[in-house]
Amino acid sequence: MTRKQRRLYFVLLGMVALGGAAALVLTAMNDTLVYFYTPADLQTKHVSPDRRLRIGGLVEQGSIQHQGDVVHFVVTDLTATLPVVYRGVLPDLFREGQGVVTEGKLDGQGLFHASEVLAKHDENYMPKEVAEAIKKSGQWQEEGKKP
Amino acid sequence: MQGLANPARFMRLSKVVQPWLALASVLLIGVGLYFALFGSPADYQQGQTVRIMYVHVPSAWLGMVGYTTMALASAVGLIWKHPLADLVAKAAAPIGASFTFLCLATGSLWGKPMWGTWWAWDARLTSMLILLFLYLGYMALQSAFDDPGRGARAAAILALAGFINVPIIKFSVDWWKTLHQPASLMKMSGPTLPPSMLTPLLLMVAGFTCFFVVVLLLRVRAEIIASKIRAIRLTQIHGSHESPLADRLAG
Repeated sequence: MTRKQRRLYFVLLGMVALGGAAALVLTAMNDTLVYFYTPADLQTKHVSPDRRLRIGGLVEQGSIQHQGDVVHFVVTDLTATLPVVYRGVLPDLFREGQGVVTEGKLDGQGLFHASEVLAKHDENYMPKEVAEAIKKSGQWQEEGKKP
Repeated sequence: MQGLANPARFMRLSKVVQPWLALASVLLIGVGLYFALFGSPADYQQGQTVRIMYVHVPSAWLGMVGYTTMALASAVGLIWKHPLADLVAKAAAPIGASFTFLCLATGSLWGKPMWGTWWAWDARLTSMLILLFLYLGYMALQSAFDDPGRGARAAAILALAGFINVPIIKFSVDWWKTLHQPASLMKMSGPTLPPSMLTPLLLMVAGFTCFFVVVLLLRVRAEIIASKIRAIRLTQIHGSHESPLADRLAG
């Protein structure tokens, strides 16, 4: 084996070992690397109630209720739901059927007290006119219900 | 590739290619910007804000292309000890770092109106920030040695180790739940953009890429000329060649 070959194998072996180590670490830290939990995660995973956490999902249709400067809405992941109460400024994209990520704390009654609400959008882009035409024709599918 | 590895031939070839690439990048970015700002529709959700995409996505692309170039050149430099490879890696770092910064800055400007926050510690944003720190670490390490050869070696090892981060950035939106959207452009099922938005985006990606190559060639040429000057100075001082690197470059 020449020295060049030895260096080549050394670099390749190093990259494979490092890649393997990174994969193991990232898999082990999977739960801390997610930015938010879904309402279904709250039921299956044990999340301690007094910890601050982020919940993500879609704002359920017909669930938004404004009471003064307090807003109530329900976050759904289409399998489980979570009622949320929030006082503060909402992002422009916030509306029923839209993805949201909200940070706050669960109380004893299963109500989520949010201190921050962020809007999340999906990877689909479309001209305004096209979206309106599709909505008019009745073919529109809400986010999250797309195949 | 073997032919390009000769510094003298590289100087000749790059001199021919450079003006054409510069012209292509000006044309592509010019036409791309026109379509991005005037000739493309507003998005049904994001309105006019979507136009940030036409700078944000090409910047992110080149941040990662820059690092991949750096890592590949570092590997060639480490394994085959080729002096030109070290110069390419060194030249790519500040360009890639600039594009990574541009990606983070435009992303922040985009995040505030759309998400409602300038920054979120989700997997995509955090891994992109790590990419910027890897670039900065690379540049610092590479210039921390008095002997440029040793600096290049240490930095090459850092560049290779940090390359693990590039696939993590790409797939972060698929592996973990993030605030950042999943890929719209580079995905197996094809882009989720209409042609009216895809065209300006691809023009901008092509234009930015040409610009990257032009600046990279410019920087490598400058590095080669600088080593020649160093070699000449050393000869004047010592009356003989001291640096084998300069010897090979001066050819």
